[in-house]
Amino acid sequence: MNNFAYTQAASTKEAATATQSDKHAAFISGGTSLIDLMKSNIEQHSLLVDLNKLSLLGVENSATGLRIGALERMSDVGEHPLVVQNYPVISQSLLASASPQLRNMASMGGNLLQRTRCGYFRDVAFPCNKRVPGSGCPAQDGDNRTLAILGGSTSCIATHASDLCVALVALEAKLTLENAKGATRTVPLADFYKLPGKTPHIENQLQPGELITAITIPAAAHARKSHYLKVRDRASYAYALVSAAVGLDVQGGTIRSARVALGGVGTVPWRVPAVEKALVGKAATEDTFRAAAALAVRDAAPREHNKFKIELAQRTIVRALLEVAA
Amino acid sequence: MSSEPQFSDQPGGFVGKPLVRVEGREKVTGKAKYAAEFALPGLTYGVLATSPIAKGKIQSIDTTAAAKELGVIAVLTHQNLPKLAKTPDTPEGKKDTNAPMGFMPLTSDEIFYAAQPVALVVADTLEHATHAATLVKVTYAPQKPIADFHDPKAELFDPEKVQDGKQKGHTKRGEPQAAFASSPIQLTATYTHPVYNHNPMEPGSTTAHWEAADRLTVYESTQGVTRTQSTLSAMTGLPREQVRVITKYLGGGFGCKGSTWPHTVLTVQAAKAVGRPVKLMLTRPQMFTSMGHREDQSQVMKLGASADGKITSLIHTKQSTTSPWDNYAEPNSKIVDLLYASPSFESSYELARANVMTSTFMRAPGEAPGSFAIECSMDDLAARLGVDPIEIRLRNYADHDYGTGQQWSSKSLKQCYTRGAELFGWSKRNPKAGATRDGRYFVGMGMASASYPVHNSQGTARARLYADGHAVVQAGATDLGTGTYTVMTQVAADSLGLPIEKVRFELGDTQLPTAPNSGGSVAAGTVSSSIFLACQDVWQKLIKAAVIDKKSPLYRAKPEDVTVEKGRLFLKKDPKKGEAFGELMKRGEITDIEGMAQGKYGSGYEDAAAAKNADPTQKDQAGHHSMHSFGAHFCEVRVDMDLGTIRVSKWVSVIGAGRILNAQTARSQIIGGAIFGIGSALMEETVRDPHYSRYTNADLASYHVPVNADIPNMTVEFVEEHDPYINAMGVKGIGEIAMVGVAAAVANAVYHATGKRLRDLPLTPDKVLMAGLPS
Ligand SMILES: Cc1cc2nc3c(=O)[nH]c(=O)nc-3n(C[C@H](O)[C@H](O)[C@H](O)COP(=O)(O)OP(=O)(O)OC[C@H]3O[C@@H](n4cnc5c(N)ncnc54)[C@H](O)[C@@H]3O)c2cc1C
Ligand code: SF4
Repeated sequence: MNNFAYTQAASTKEAATATQSDKHAAFISGGTSLIDLMKSNIEQHSLLVDLNKLSLLGVENSATGLRIGALERMSDVGEHPLVVQNYPVISQSLLASASPQLRNMASMGGNLLQRTRCGYFRDVAFPCNKRVPGSGCPAQDGDNRTLAILGGSTSCIATHASDLCVALVALEAKLTLENAKGATRTVPLADFYKLPGKTPHIENQLQPGELITAITIPAAAHARKSHYLKVRDRASYAYALVSAAVGLDVQGGTIRSARVALGGVGTVPWRVPAVEKALVGKAATEDTFRAAAALAVRDAAPREHNKFKIELAQRTIVRALLEVAA
Repeated sequence: MSSEPQFSDQPGGFVGKPLVRVEGREKVTGKAKYAAEFALPGLTYGVLATSPIAKGKIQSIDTTAAAKELGVIAVLTHQNLPKLAKTPDTPEGKKDTNAPMGFMPLTSDEIFYAAQPVALVVADTLEHATHAATLVKVTYAPQKPIADFHDPKAELFDPEKVQDGKQKGHTKRGEPQAAFASSPIQLTATYTHPVYNHNPMEPGSTTAHWEAADRLTVYESTQGVTRTQSTLSAMTGLPREQVRVITKYLGGGFGCKGSTWPHTVLTVQAAKAVGRPVKLMLTRPQMFTSMGHREDQSQVMKLGASADGKITSLIHTKQSTTSPWDNYAEPNSKIVDLLYASPSFESSYELARANVMTSTFMRAPGEAPGSFAIECSMDDLAARLGVDPIEIRLRNYADHDYGTGQQWSSKSLKQCYTRGAELFGWSKRNPKAGATRDGRYFVGMGMASASYPVHNSQGTARARLYADGHAVVQAGATDLGTGTYTVMTQVAADSLGLPIEKVRFELGDTQLPTAPNSGGSVAAGTVSSSIFLACQDVWQKLIKAAVIDKKSPLYRAKPEDVTVEKGRLFLKKDPKKGEAFGELMKRGEITDIEGMAQGKYGSGYEDAAAAKNADPTQKDQAGHHSMHSFGAHFCEVRVDMDLGTIRVSKWVSVIGAGRILNAQTARSQIIGGAIFGIGSALMEETVRDPHYSRYTNADLASYHVPVNADIPNMTVEFVEEHDPYINAMGVKGIGEIAMVGVAAAVANAVYHATGKRLRDLPLTPDKVLMAGLPS
C-alpha cells in the first residue's frame, strides 16, 4: 500500500471535484473493497475522498418503483421491509453476499464497483490484462474454475462478482450518476458495465469524478414474485459459482412476464432476454423452465475448468423459477 | 501394572470434569499475550519481500528506494545478511535442527519456489516496513518451473525413505500381489486431493530479542519451545541455554507450527543485524508459502477380498509432489496396514520434485488421507457384497495389529461402532444407495473407522507445593488453544488434593522443565503423566519428612506404609493415624517443597514400566503392545439433486482414547477435528497454477474453510477405556484422531445418497454434477 491523502467531502460537488482533479484519487464508502485492493497493491491511489458524510441515503418505495441512496449499507437495504416485501430478489441477493460484518460496512454504490475475484487479478505477481493492460491473461489456460463462460474474450474471462447486480439487472435497475459540474444522468445498469473485449481494464461507463448517487428499480409484478438463488462452495460467505435472479408474473398458470439474470457466469451481470421471452405466454411448469433455461447458455465459451457452469447455470435457473412459481 | 490413578472415583475430583478454560478470561479480555504481542522497548517490525517467480535466479537487487523510505532501519538480502552457524541444507544442519526444509532463503540468488523470501525489511512501524518491502526492486532471470507431479516435465522417483526418513519408501508383508491376483473380489481405485493449508487463526509470528550479544530471547508462535530452542541454538551457534523461547498462547497450529521455518530464523538474524528487537508476523497470503502444507497427492488403493468379504490383500501406492530438496510425503500407508485383518500388504511411495516449498505434517499426517483411501474402499467392498458397512468392518476386524503382530494395548473400536450406530440411528439406513430422498435432496448415511497411533514421547514437569496450600506446576509444554492449561491444572489439583483455584500451571517457556512438542497427539498424555509423577514426588518427599519428624503422628513409620489422600498423609493400615501436609510443613518450617519427574508416553513408558516389573501378571506383554486410539464417525449428507451441493446434516463421532481429562475441551477437540475433516472433504483446496507454480487463492476469501452454516450439531461420545500400557495417566491423545476417516465418512454418505462414488477431494458441486446425478 502506498501513502495517500484523505479528505472528507461535504457535498457531492466537492467529492466529484476532488476526484476529477486528481486522476489517482478514489471515492471511499465502506472501504471493504477498496482497502483490500490498495493493501494488495492492485490499486494505488494518491487521495481518498470519503463519501460517508454525504446524504446519499434513503430507501423509498413509490408506485413507480424503488429508490435506494448509494450510501445505504447492504445490511440495511437487505433487511428493509419495503425491499423484502416488494423486491425479494434484491433483499435475498444482498443477504447472500459476503458476511454480516462486511454488509454492515459496505455501501450499495461500492458493491456495484467491486472488482473481480479472479485469483490472477488479486495477486500482483501474476500477469493480468485487467490489472496491467497488455500483460496477458493466465486464467485462459490456468485456474479458471470460477471464471466466466459468457461475455469473455481472449483478453479476459473474469467474472463480475456482485450478487446485488444480478438482481438489479434482472429488474432493469437504473443508476443516477452525478459529475463535478453537478449534472446528473441516468444509465440502465445493463448498459453501465462493459464487456472486456480487448480492454478488460475498462469496466464501466463511469467518468472521472462521477459519483453514483442512487439506484432506481421500476415497480413490476415480476419484482414482487422474485427470487435469488446462489450456488457456492460453502453454505455462506463465498462468492457465487453460479447464481440466478428471477422474477415471474404468473396469472392463471400462464407466465405474463419474466425476468432472468445470471451471476458467476458472465464477465458482467448477465441478463438472459432469450430465456425471458421463451417463458412468457407459457405454462409455469418445470418443462417450460427447462426448455427456456437451455437458451441461457447457447453462446457459452467455457475453458477447461468451468465447463460445469453450462449445466449448473441451467439448473440454477430452473430451480429458482420453481421456487417463485411454487 | 495397576498403577493407573483413579481420579474419577475421588469425590470432588477435577480430572474428567467439563471444567471451563482456566485461561478463557485472559483470552477474551485481550490479556493473553501471543508471540506478536510483546511490546519490547525499541521494538522494530520486519516484513518479508517475496519472489513473484517460482524458479530462476535473482539478477540484481536494488534496495535504495526501500532503504530511503521513512522509518526504514535495514533492508536485508542474501547479499548482506550475516551467515548462520548451521543451515538445514547440510546433513549436519538437518540433523541438528528441527527445520523441515533443506534450504534456507536469503542464502543465495536462487529461486526455487513462488513467494520465496528475497528480502526482509526492518522499520520502525509495520506500515513503513510493509510499504518499503514493496519498493525492493528485484530483477529475475526466470525459468520454467515444474508445478507438481502431474507436470509433463516432472520425474517420479522411488525414494528410499519419506517423511524426513521416518517412513520406508517401500514395505511389504506376505504376498500381496499373488493374493490380489487370485482374489475373487478385486477393487482398484484412485483417490486424490489437492494441496491443503493449515491456516491456523494466528499466523506464524516471531519476536526476536538479543538481550546481549550472546543471549537471545524469542517469543514464538510454535507448538514446541524446546525444539525451537535447539534449532535456533544450532543455527545461531549459541549454546542452548543462552537461547530462550517463550510461547504463552498459541492461536492454533495443526502441524504448521511444529517445526522451525525460515521466517523465524530470518527474524532472529534481522534482530542481530539491527541490534534491536524485531517482530515479524506472516501475512495471510504468506501463510500459504511459509510453513508447509499437506502435499497434493494421488493414492491407488487395491483391495483383494474373498467372496465373503474377507480382505486377502491390500496394495497401496502413493504419488505426490515434493520440494527440490526434501523427500517429504506423509505416511498414508500406516493406517492402511493397521485398520483391518489383512494377511498381506504392500505400500510404495513415489515422489516428484517440483518448484514448491517442502510440505509438512498437517493434522493426522498420513492417517487423514490414508484413511480416505482404505475407508472408501471398505465401503465399496460392502456395496459390492450388499453387506452393511459396519458388518464388513467387523468381518475384517483386526483382533491384533497385523502389521507388527503385536497385541493392542487397548482397543474399543467395536464399542465405537455399536454406540455410534445407536446414537446416529444407523438402523434406519436404507441398504440401497441412491434410494433415500427428501424433496429435491438425496439423503445418504456413511461411516468410517478412525485410528491414530500413540507415538513415543517423554517430558518432565515440576510441582512446587507451598505450606499455605497452593501450588505452582510447570512444564515447557504448549497450549495450542485446545485446553492444555486447563487439563493440566485439573491433573495437578487432583494429584495434590487441592482446589483448582489454588493451583497455577505454567507452560510455554524453555526455562521450565522440558516437555515434548505438542504434535502427534502426544502432549496430553506425556505432560499429564509427568505432572502426576512430579506430584507423587512431592508426596514421597513429604512422607520422608514426616517419618523422621518426632512430632508427626507418622514418626518412624515405613515410608511405603504411608499414603496420601486429599492432602492428608496417613498410615495405609490405620488411616486415623496421620496429618495434613500443611501441619507437617508449618511445624517443620518447610515453606515449600518441590517435586520433579519424567513422564513417558507410548512404548517408552511401557518399556520403563516393564523394566520395573511393576505388575508381574502383565510381564509377558509389557513393552510389546501396539498402541492406538480408535473411533468411528457417522455422517448424514443432503445432496441437492439439481445443484450438486453437499451439506452435512448429521454427525456422530465415538472415540476410545483412554482417559479423557476434560469432557468439554475433549469434545471441542473432536468436533474441531471433524470440522477440519469436513473442510478437507467438501471445500478446502489450495490451487497451484500449472504454468507459474504459484497459488491463485492464497487468502481466506477463496480458500474455503467451513463456516457455521456448513456444520450441523455434532454428537461426540467417548468410550470409557483404561489402558495401563501407554503412560502413567492412561491418556491417549485426541488431537488428530478426530480428523481420521472423516473425509471417507462424508464421501461414503455421498455415495449412499447418490450412488456415485467420488474420489477426488474436495467434493465441490462441479464434481458432483459432472459425475451425473440420477434423476
Ligand atoms: C471477504 C469478502 C467477501 C465478499 N463476498 C461478497 C459476495 O459474496 N457477494 C458480493 O456481492 N460481494 C461480496 N463482497 C464485496 C462487498 O460486497 C464489497 O466489498 C462492498 O459492497 C463494497 O462496498 P464499499 O462501500 O465497502 O465500497 P468501497 O470499498 O468503499 O469502494 C469500492 C469501489 O467503489 C467506489 N465507490 C464507492 N462508492 C461510490 C459511489 N457512491 N460512487 C462512485 N464510486 C463509488 C470506490 O471508489 C471503490 O472504487 C465481499 C467482500 C469481501 C471483502
Ligand atoms: S481473466 Fe481477466 S482478471 Fe483474470 S487474469 Fe485474465 S485478464 Fe486478469
